Amino acid sequence: MTTLTQQTLTHLDWLEAEAIHIMREVAGQCSSPVLLFSGGKDSVCMLRIAEKAFRPGRFPFPLMHIDTGHNYPEVIAFRDKRAAELGERLIVRSLEDSMARGSIVLKHPLESRNKHQSVTLLEAIEEFGFDACIGGARRDEEKARAKERIMSFRDEFGQWDPKNQRPELWNLYNARSHKGENIRAFPISNWTELDVWQYIQREQLELPSIYFAHTRPVVRKGELLMPVTDLTPAKPGDTIEEVMVRFRTVGDVSCTAPVESDADTVDKILAETATTTITERGATRMDDQTSEASMEQRKKEGYF
Amino acid sequence: MSALEHLPGIDNGLLRFLTCGSVDDGKSTLIGRLLFDSKTILADTLNAMEKTSAKRGMTAVDLSLLTDGLQAEREQGITIDVAYRYFSTGTRKYIIADAPGHEQYTRNMVTAASTANLAIILIDARKGMLNQTRRHSTIAHLLGIPHLLVAINKMDLVDYDQATFEHIKAEYTKFAHKIGLKDVRFIPLSALAGDMVVERGERMPWYEGPTLLQILEAAPAAHTERPESFRFPVQFVCRPQDSANPELHDYRGFMGRVESGEIAVGDAVTVLPSGLTSRVKAIEIGGQKIERAIHEQSVTLLLEDEIDTSRGDMIVKSAEAPEAVKQIDANVCWLSETPMSPARTYLVRHTSREVKAKIAKIDYRLDINTMEHEPVSTLAMNDIARLSLKLAQPIFADAYRSNRATGAFIVIDESTNNTVGAGMIV
Ligand SMILES: Nc1nc2c(ncn2[C@@H]2O[C@H](COP(=O)(O)OP(=O)(O)O)[C@@H](O)[C@H]2O)c(=O)[nH]1
Ligand SMILES: [Mg+2]
Repeated sequence: MTTLTQQTLTHLDWLEAEAIHIMREVAGQCSSPVLLFSGGKDSVCMLRIAEKAFRPGRFPFPLMHIDTGHNYPEVIAFRDKRAAELGERLIVRSLEDSMARGSIVLKHPLESRNKHQSVTLLEAIEEFGFDACIGGARRDEEKARAKERIMSFRDEFGQWDPKNQRPELWNLYNARSHKGENIRAFPISNWTELDVWQYIQREQLELPSIYFAHTRPVVRKGELLMPVTDLTPAKPGDTIEEVMVRFRTVGDVSCTAPVESDADTVDKILAETATTTITERGATRMDDQTSEASMEQRKKEGYF
Repeated sequence: MSALEHLPGIDNGLLRFLTCGSVDDGKSTLIGRLLFDSKTILADTLNAMEKTSAKRGMTAVDLSLLTDGLQAEREQGITIDVAYRYFSTGTRKYIIADAPGHEQYTRNMVTAASTANLAIILIDARKGMLNQTRRHSTIAHLLGIPHLLVAINKMDLVDYDQATFEHIKAEYTKFAHKIGLKDVRFIPLSALAGDMVVERGERMPWYEGPTLLQILEAAPAAHTERPESFRFPVQFVCRPQDSANPELHDYRGFMGRVESGEIAVGDAVTVLPSGLTSRVKAIEIGGQKIERAIHEQSVTLLLEDEIDTSRGDMIVKSAEAPEAVKQIDANVCWLSETPMSPARTYLVRHTSREVKAKIAKIDYRLDINTMEHEPVSTLAMNDIARLSLKLAQPIFADAYRSNRATGAFIVIDESTNNTVGAGMIV
């Protein structure tokens, strides 16, 4: 019999249900998908969604990390631990191998490796014959992403053509591709940074330690805090300060800056996120600030 | 109103809505106002917008910069694609789809409308109803958006005059009646000055209804309040066959999303197309048991009997099974730049099922400005037409009017794999 009143889901339950549905569509429609797992907070949520989508079975895809070689060691250790706990296969492909092969040539040794990840990713897609990569990008992160489809088609060169996207209606996703082409699937497209933190809180998800407030040597560059590391040493004349900071995203060491904060628990981070005045990428990603359209440009070239 | 004041607060779910109107009716300004007043626009975004506005010689911040994200759009100063924006009031999360107004972007409006549960149709108070207004309302109606809100904007430019509002309201009501629109509400606004968006302002004491935000906060999040039949398209079958865990040996979980209705442990179900019946033994999310599942929940169903079931099948309650059909009549919006070629075979994706389809007949093309029916032999991009399709295998369909999930389908061109059409079964 039919019901008399329609009960509805809370916003987190709705977002979770949508993300599970999308992951299952990828698994149902594609023959060789892979889930991109960086150890960052968005991909931690993606793993929980994959558990909810497929347990008690195994994930119908391996995990893969494109390692720039410039990641924080805490994040790499966390990545390996999480994959082992889940008992799922983790593939790591590294930029350094692409550099050794000559497919990545840096302009100078300290050039940010972030945008070069596309090359290694495309090489891995070819090596394993993946027809879909499931990623944790969100539409609220960036303007070009706001217009990308949940199932986003990429040609043989991994290129995104924003003006020639497949229309996406209802929840009828089209993840079809010909050999050599590729689908990028984004199950948490409709989540915001606040949703991600609320989900982490509700599901009690573990995160790499650098997401929480800790003391770290930094140099102030305008409004950004540059962490002082082996890769990013202080320059002569820089003033090094010990500051309480946390990371809002964890990317390549050379292009990810922390924010000043004493939030050392998820609850405190949530309170800060709700009152913050700067967007996640604005606060922390130097690579997005170079040009208003730089994410769109990188995506056209095959970026996640 | 800010997210903080309400954290953690009660959760009033999620509402997806669409804004539409002619160019310059104030869509972007209205979205900007909602984001701004809910503190969703953050300082650095505002900074970047100020810079860009100044570069273009504008004195005020151009709020449309928020939604116009692609390089080509910024260069041309128009919205090409559907942009999705998010804000939260602390009690409810909103997903806004901003679709461009021009006729050549009908397909984008159709796309945006397909997931919306409420549409805000903007009318410039000085101009009154335009052809675009009629077109957008028709599309919203066709796509089955349950709640329409006609926002008569720029009231500041007509001295907040009640008679102007009432006049447009009367004209629209007549039109709504003609095309069969039911749940329509009206609100006078100034998106620019803010009157009746979040704050009431003091200039329209004659309007006694709720503000725009109050309407959004109170709108039902479900796309229907009518009881619906249980529909569960199978997306994926879980057979762990884990030799280390004998308990899982016979595990056979049918994974999918409750597209409508609800289901509880013990309910009698039928699996289509086989027609075999069983009862629900367990309902799980990620291996954890729950007693019942409701509309839009993604779950795993376990049945008491072993029934051979795979992706593309549908589990329904035995008492309310849909019809299996091999011929469908539908309203189809053509989305592709390549016109439909009636001689070809296309692929139809309906729920998790994919079947080959041929065009049996094109009944007529609908002129969405005049609502007239015109005979045509093919469909071009943005055309909306009534067709008959012949299917190679049956699908388990409901009329779109009674069930959005099992009444909708997309048409795929197998040679390019592009999504070329959107259909609604009549
Ligand atoms: N006076 C007045 N101007 C408005 C109002 N809403 C929008 N505008 C102006 O109308 C113009 C077009 O608005 P915009 O939001 O870009 O319209 P869109 O094309 O529908 O997105 C801009 O110059 C706005 O500042 C309003 O309520 N009152
Ligand atoms: Mg606009």
